[in-house]
Amino acid sequence: MTATATTPRTHRHGDEPLLSVRDLRVTFTRQGEEPFTAVDGVSFDVRPGQTVGLVGESGCGKSVTSLAIMGLLPTRGNRVEGTATFDGTDLLRLSGSDMRDRRGRDIAMIFQDPLSSLNPVVPVGRQVTEVLERHRGMSRKAATPLARDLLQRVGIPDPDRRLKDYPHQMSGGMRQRALIAMALACAPRLLIADEPTTALDVTIQAQILSLLKELVQDTGTALVMITHDLGVVAGLCDEVNVLYGGRIVERGERHELFAEPRHPYTNGLLASIPRLDSERAPLTPIPGSVSDNLPWTSACAFAPRCSQPVEVCTRQTPALEESAGRALRCFNPVEVTR
Amino acid sequence: MSPANPMNRRKDRIDELAATSGGGTATLVREAGAVDEKPGVSLIASAWKRLRRNPVFLIGATISLLFVVLALVSPFIAPHDPAVGYLLDKVRPQSNPVPGPEPGFPLGADDVGRDLLSRLIVGSQQTLLVGVVATLFGLAGGLVLGILAGAFGGWVDALVMRVVDVLLSIPSLLLAFSIAALATRATQLTVIIAVAAVQVPIFARLLRGSLLAQRHSDHVLAARALGVTERAVVFRHMLPNALGPVIVQSTLVLATSIIDAAALSFLGLGNPNDRRPEWGQMLGRAQQYIYDSPHLAVYPALCIIFVALGFTLMGESLREALDPKSRR
Repeated sequence: MTATATTPRTHRHGDEPLLSVRDLRVTFTRQGEEPFTAVDGVSFDVRPGQTVGLVGESGCGKSVTSLAIMGLLPTRGNRVEGTATFDGTDLLRLSGSDMRDRRGRDIAMIFQDPLSSLNPVVPVGRQVTEVLERHRGMSRKAATPLARDLLQRVGIPDPDRRLKDYPHQMSGGMRQRALIAMALACAPRLLIADEPTTALDVTIQAQILSLLKELVQDTGTALVMITHDLGVVAGLCDEVNVLYGGRIVERGERHELFAEPRHPYTNGLLASIPRLDSERAPLTPIPGSVSDNLPWTSACAFAPRCSQPVEVCTRQTPALEESAGRALRCFNPVEVTR
Repeated sequence: MSPANPMNRRKDRIDELAATSGGGTATLVREAGAVDEKPGVSLIASAWKRLRRNPVFLIGATISLLFVVLALVSPFIAPHDPAVGYLLDKVRPQSNPVPGPEPGFPLGADDVGRDLLSRLIVGSQQTLLVGVVATLFGLAGGLVLGILAGAFGGWVDALVMRVVDVLLSIPSLLLAFSIAALATRATQLTVIIAVAAVQVPIFARLLRGSLLAQRHSDHVLAARALGVTERAVVFRHMLPNALGPVIVQSTLVLATSIIDAAALSFLGLGNPNDRRPEWGQMLGRAQQYIYDSPHLAVYPALCIIFVALGFTLMGESLREALDPKSRR
């Protein structure tokens, strides 16, 4: 890990993108069923050292996006189109074994449920050394001290003892730390975290997020943060992409996006966070569910649930329009209150 | 910043949000407590912990252990050579085909004057051999087919599973009978192969099912996400997690293959060479005298029932103990 140079955070926005996803489209096809497009033309960039958030509710295509980039979607029953250029190579065109060589070495992923994501019958230490053996060609003996250092680095106390532990002997937070250690074992340049805190309780969430923040800053790893939790986004991400129905509906720098949400969906997400202060306002959820969506091909998918729809919303597809570092897909955006 | 300014209020909120999730302090980073368990407690160890207090398991394990020990030491504790007809001169084909008990021969002799007790004791050896070897053969065949089907999927899976389905559709004893009948000269090995062949499709189907469940599990996806090779995914991540039900099935199959071997002997397809006794074979031979001397059949039958019961009890309690739903 120490070999990786620290990328100065101030310079990173000038860098070339590390990962550049263009027009990613994932369609699930099943015999005798209508094809379902889970991700519908998503494009975004991730620069070295940058943290990019993909936010949206269940079923908006966040996880499918990450699995498609990782090449982890099942081989049959789906069609992946578009490009995901990582350091000059299109990951979506790589052969199975080339992609396998990259996974864990250049790109790693952290999953939602830390208990079920660890092999229950193999001690944690061996699961960490396995990555090193695989990508660095080390023997298990040589990899063990490295694994120990990794566990220590992610804040697991008494790492020598914990190396021999099985996943079920660890607490939820420690399991997630172990998974992070495995993901970071080969110092990947890109880390994709798919809801890494959803299965943890609130205090542990805070610890894991600050650990991720620390590691990302120390190593210059780019991070794609997939979450439905706006709190996570607010604390961690530089840039935020809001997904709805498989398309990006709004993109912006974190502070700007939260301060001035232009899309009614983003606005609704922010308004539906429970508050604990004295305002005593009732919760304002977004009405309806994803099943109410209109097809993007002829309308705005969000129109039936929108707080301020206009007539054109159900007739025409809104385009993603970019201006001054922000992007918005809406006919009738929320007025800026300033 | 005035609370009237909505822009500032929003910014405050972001920072609040950030504080709730991202802005933990360094002291928070230290994990407060861990699950307090000794290191190195594996699935097996924690299952053992529960098994030790389970009376069903203890009874089953005791019977099985006694049986294995008996089989190992039988040549040394048998009072007589099981192959020698000591009481042959007492056999009268018309009046007394089976000599009764007498001093030195507490259970009497069989129809050619060999000591029944010695034959029962030494018989445990061949019976254990048939059970264990048949189970191992069945397990090996089932593992190969199950891994082929469960790990490769696609047309390999379809082909293997159709063959397995056809084999499963034939009643097991009939299948064993047909395979045993294929051999021109029955030996102990043909009996074992016939009994094992019946178990192969059962093991294959069981293993394929649990491999498929593993294929879609989160930890296999996580291993793939780390670039682990397909071979390591199958043999290190899927197979060890899929073996639980197979191990349990093996214990149960030990019992059924002893019973099946006995059934084959009883139907006249067993090993004809009876110099080295086996319970099923003794049972088969005893049917000629079943009206006059039922004890010839009862003793080996009781032995078989007892041993099969032991293995079954052990297998059932193992299944319970290894069931992930009963963990924690």
